[in-house]
Amino acid sequence: MTQVDPTLSLANPQAHFTLNTGQKLNLAIATFGLLILLVAAGGYSFANPVLWLSGALIAFTVGFLGYAYATYSGLPAGIKNNGVFIRAISNKGAIAWVTGIALTAFYVLLYFFPAALGQGANGAANTGLVALFDLLSYFLKKQPASQWFVYGVLYSLGIAVMGVKFIWKYRHNRYQILRTCSVIFFQMGFAFLLPEFMQRLNEPYYDFKNMWPLDYDFFQKDQLDYVLNTGTLGGYMILFGVLMIFVISPVLTYFYGKRWYCSWVCGCGGLAETVGDPFRHLSNKSMGAWKFERLMIHSVLLFATVMTIATLYSLFHDDPRGYFVTREFFLAIVLVVMIGLLGVLWLRPAYVSGLQKSVKKAATIALAAIAVLTLGAYILGIKEVFFIPSDWLKGWYGFFIGAIFSGVIGVGFYPIFGSRVWCRFGCPMAAILGLQQKFFSRFRITTNGGQCISCGNCSTYCEMGIDVRAYAQKGQNIVRASCVGCGVCAAVCPRGVLKLENSAIDLTTRTTELRAIKIDKGGVSLEM
Amino acid sequence: MKIIILGNGISGITAARFIRKLSDHEIVVISAESDYFFSRTALMYIYMGQMRFQDTQPYEPWFWEKNRIQLKRAYIQNINPTEKTVHTSEGEAIAYDKLIIATGSRSNKFGWPGQDLRHVHGLYSIQDLAAMETASKGLQRAVIVGGGLIGVEMAEMFHSRHIPVTFLVREKSFWNGVLPAEESAMVNRHLREYGIDLQLSTELEAIIDDGSGQVGSVLTKSGERIDCGFVGLTAGVSPNIAFLENSGIEMNRGILVDEFLQTNLPDIYAAGDCVEVRVPQAGRKAIEPVWYTGRIMGETLAYTVCGDPTPYDPGIWFNSAKFFDIEYQIYGQVPANMPDDLATIYWEHPQGKKSIRLVYERASRAVVGFNLMGIRFRQEVCEQWITAKTPIDQVVGDLKKANFDPEFYRRYEKEVSRIFQQSKMVAH
Repeated sequence: MTQVDPTLSLANPQAHFTLNTGQKLNLAIATFGLLILLVAAGGYSFANPVLWLSGALIAFTVGFLGYAYATYSGLPAGIKNNGVFIRAISNKGAIAWVTGIALTAFYVLLYFFPAALGQGANGAANTGLVALFDLLSYFLKKQPASQWFVYGVLYSLGIAVMGVKFIWKYRHNRYQILRTCSVIFFQMGFAFLLPEFMQRLNEPYYDFKNMWPLDYDFFQKDQLDYVLNTGTLGGYMILFGVLMIFVISPVLTYFYGKRWYCSWVCGCGGLAETVGDPFRHLSNKSMGAWKFERLMIHSVLLFATVMTIATLYSLFHDDPRGYFVTREFFLAIVLVVMIGLLGVLWLRPAYVSGLQKSVKKAATIALAAIAVLTLGAYILGIKEVFFIPSDWLKGWYGFFIGAIFSGVIGVGFYPIFGSRVWCRFGCPMAAILGLQQKFFSRFRITTNGGQCISCGNCSTYCEMGIDVRAYAQKGQNIVRASCVGCGVCAAVCPRGVLKLENSAIDLTTRTTELRAIKIDKGGVSLEM
Repeated sequence: MKIIILGNGISGITAARFIRKLSDHEIVVISAESDYFFSRTALMYIYMGQMRFQDTQPYEPWFWEKNRIQLKRAYIQNINPTEKTVHTSEGEAIAYDKLIIATGSRSNKFGWPGQDLRHVHGLYSIQDLAAMETASKGLQRAVIVGGGLIGVEMAEMFHSRHIPVTFLVREKSFWNGVLPAEESAMVNRHLREYGIDLQLSTELEAIIDDGSGQVGSVLTKSGERIDCGFVGLTAGVSPNIAFLENSGIEMNRGILVDEFLQTNLPDIYAAGDCVEVRVPQAGRKAIEPVWYTGRIMGETLAYTVCGDPTPYDPGIWFNSAKFFDIEYQIYGQVPANMPDDLATIYWEHPQGKKSIRLVYERASRAVVGFNLMGIRFRQEVCEQWITAKTPIDQVVGDLKKANFDPEFYRRYEKEVSRIFQQSKMVAH
């Protein structure tokens, strides 16, 4: 036999996966919308901004919905991934790189050079792209637009339009339909419209679903003052935020896994699941990437925790009467949480059986260090609990994690590294929920007996880079901290092997290997 | 001890992995087809652009070195059981202490005129896929011969590239030797919905040269001539054992093995598609070229080779496939033509793309089989019911325990129950 690698074949598979006329036409319409925004970004002031902005947004909407129609309407409902690794846009071709660089550039301007987008400095009138959105902003909240308003409109529209496309693609799958409706609802309602309307009512800008530590400056003094200064509602918002962190989120995660947030509610997740869907397969599935992921995301979580404790500690140090709690009470909370976690780590081995020794050691050192430093700072009466000013920590965190990681790399690199780079490697919220999911949750993906054929569709289309197949082919349940429960592995499985489940049975043994297929002298059997 | 495994498919690799789990023996896996183990079942997804070749490989390259499983790329031309050596096409002789033959299948060719023309291919190996890719350039029509699972896969592959397909099926309905009439009709309808030119009760007469040694058209037995640039031969597979002739290994259609998967010669074993079991279990075939049995054989053999003789027991039959968008699962015994001692409950969704079939013994009422189209059932639950000879009434009552569909999917237990109650009223 001769050795031929089909991917190096002389034939040109691209010729078979060209766009049809409807797809081309609709992409042209969407491009027209993009051109309007580019012209505005170039500094041109349209005489009739309402008309041109409407034109741009309608062109986007019609273009991408029309593209979805042209793509999916002619075929029966089913998995539609043909040509994903052939087309340049979804297989890191030239157009993917151009898109990635353009997106990255947009984020750089957005975060660091908003004036270039037309944001008026020091109360000056907006120009260019931002000015194009002024009237819409006045309509919603009686204020001129900002670069963040522009971003919010485009972000929400992207989730809505590409969400509809996703629903079309998975129209046979009710889990996907409901989940996508949910992310569209939470983005449109909770992240975009509600906060904008509240500003119109002179209430603080507050996204109820955005919680610490994703919302890393939730406990920042100026942020707390800003929310609290508006009165009772502000107080409830802070209370709600704290409840979210300590009660609502752990309870929901216990019952449903982190998916209740990451792939049903979260805005970053919402963008990844909709706009990012064409790139989900680009995530790296190697063992090396998994190791890197664990190091990165838990480092970010540690950084966010240290920063927040430092912030709160200095807050209570400056104002010993505290906000809701006193300095002593805060100290007690920190110590109880740290000692509690250490206790679980060392006294409840059943819960942490999947943990490597080195990881356990590192976690112990980190938890103990936080407890000791906080207590030490209290006894010595110094403001800087970790000997570093909290503002300084926050500044670096905001720059590297908040802007560079979540925005520039997280979204800008969609077409190169896949849609969940931020969620997988950087999001401290995903890290916390992941730890809960791994150790204190009913959620798992179950494998249907010995039905796996190792084809690899599940791993290929896992946006989090989980090698799902590695578990499925052993008949093992999948319990991974990073799984966001999008359900696409179960959808693309051609043999019906995977199912997302919440079960109270076998909570401490759900990670056991080789549960399903058993061969011995009694023959082959399946264990329940 | 040095164990040589011929073939790096699911059987050979499963054997290698479990031998390593159980022992420190030297393991050499020899393949002519590919450097690394890949999932044959996923070949279609490469062609359709859904996956890359490397995505079909379940283990990263470092895995083999870490587990001290040596991989060798060579074609074994013959073996010498007396000297205990295998011989490559390059003339190299490699000694073994134990030999496992897991060389899989070859696509069937039934002596059709023109079957060896260029662009006439089965779909089994990575080389077949490469040949399909080459033939696809500028292809105006493909003809697929043989109504089985690989035929449907091939049809779906060409469809993904907008290449028109004519599908010649000898039977009067698709795969009706395996699928009961209703399920078979469902697949017929679905293929036609996708625009596949499904020609039932049609047999291939000859494949005709276009004058350059390449296929130009096919002729059916009814005398119809269909122009095409590719012919897919998917009328089943047979054990890939031609190289073993004159080796002294006893063979019929496949390599004959006893219950421990051992051949007639000492220290030579076989697993997977190439095997013909001398005494198959009741209701099972001597040759079962299926992923699942290959995997079970590979693991079973590992125990035996490592000194813990374990008989091959395939357990309760199960299989699965996907016909374009319609998933198929079977557990236990579901004959295409129901014998008199078995009864069946069949529910089909009004849109005709989902169905549930339960089969039970009339006399004992024990459930014996499940056939699912477009609906997923739990293997553990079905197996337990079949093993325990659970009465059909109880199975129907507890049917929701078996459902494995994604959350929020519509459930159809009530419809099945209603049909069951109606059938009881008719019976009384």
